[in-house]
Amino acid sequence: MNWVLEIFLDILLLTTAIVALQAKDLMTSAVATAAFGFTVALLFISMGAIDVGFTEAVVGAGIVGVFFVAAIYRTTRKTKD
Amino acid sequence: MTNPSQSLIIKMVSRTLATFIQVFGIYVIIHGHYSPGGGFQGGALLAAGILLIRMTEGREESQPTLATAIATPLASLGAVIFAGLGVVILFFGGNYMDYGAVPVPGMEVPVVRYYGILIVEVGIGLAVMTGLVSIFDDMVRTNRQSGPDMGRGGMS
Repeated sequence: MNWVLEIFLDILLLTTAIVALQAKDLMTSAVATAAFGFTVALLFISMGAIDVGFTEAVVGAGIVGVFFVAAIYRTTRKTKD
Repeated sequence: MTNPSQSLIIKMVSRTLATFIQVFGIYVIIHGHYSPGGGFQGGALLAAGILLIRMTEGREESQPTLATAIATPLASLGAVIFAGLGVVILFFGGNYMDYGAVPVPGMEVPVVRYYGILIVEVGIGLAVMTGLVSIFDDMVRTNRQSGPDMGRGGMS
């Protein structure tokens, strides 16, 4: 049962990472990065590291996303490349 | 960010949600000894609640929750609580941050250590919360003199 969940989380991890890299809209990339952080937190918890997963969920999915949105607010929203 | 959100739904949901996020943050701080979490995680949760209000209500309207001017002094106060309590132990003859060395009448050594760790966790939480809010306030600060491409983000 546990390996089914981990394979699903791995697929979600790869999907959010590729979306965050390939998106033209930087706001999409910020939200995908937050989703990536939350998926990593779920993987940590499924491996038994509760404290690390909790920190990753709070910081990676919450605070870093807010800081990315604030950074995009100071610059442009579209990528050139 | 600098302007309040126009949507009533976003305002009401974020006001309600920020309350529960902050109550959970306080829970994580005061239960940090014997369960996952601690000062850093609880402080980051408290900061997440304040940042939610900052993003939806606008920077000026959200000043009563945590003013920008007192954010950095409170972060310094948290650091002083964290490091200063360890220095206080030195005057009682113990090692640095050995909280059980303080002779409190009517308390066993593990109980004294328990409350010492609790005070340190509160200091860490205070420093992390105000530090993260201070970083966010510096990032969204509207500075008219510098930054020629201000406001090109197209966001309100």
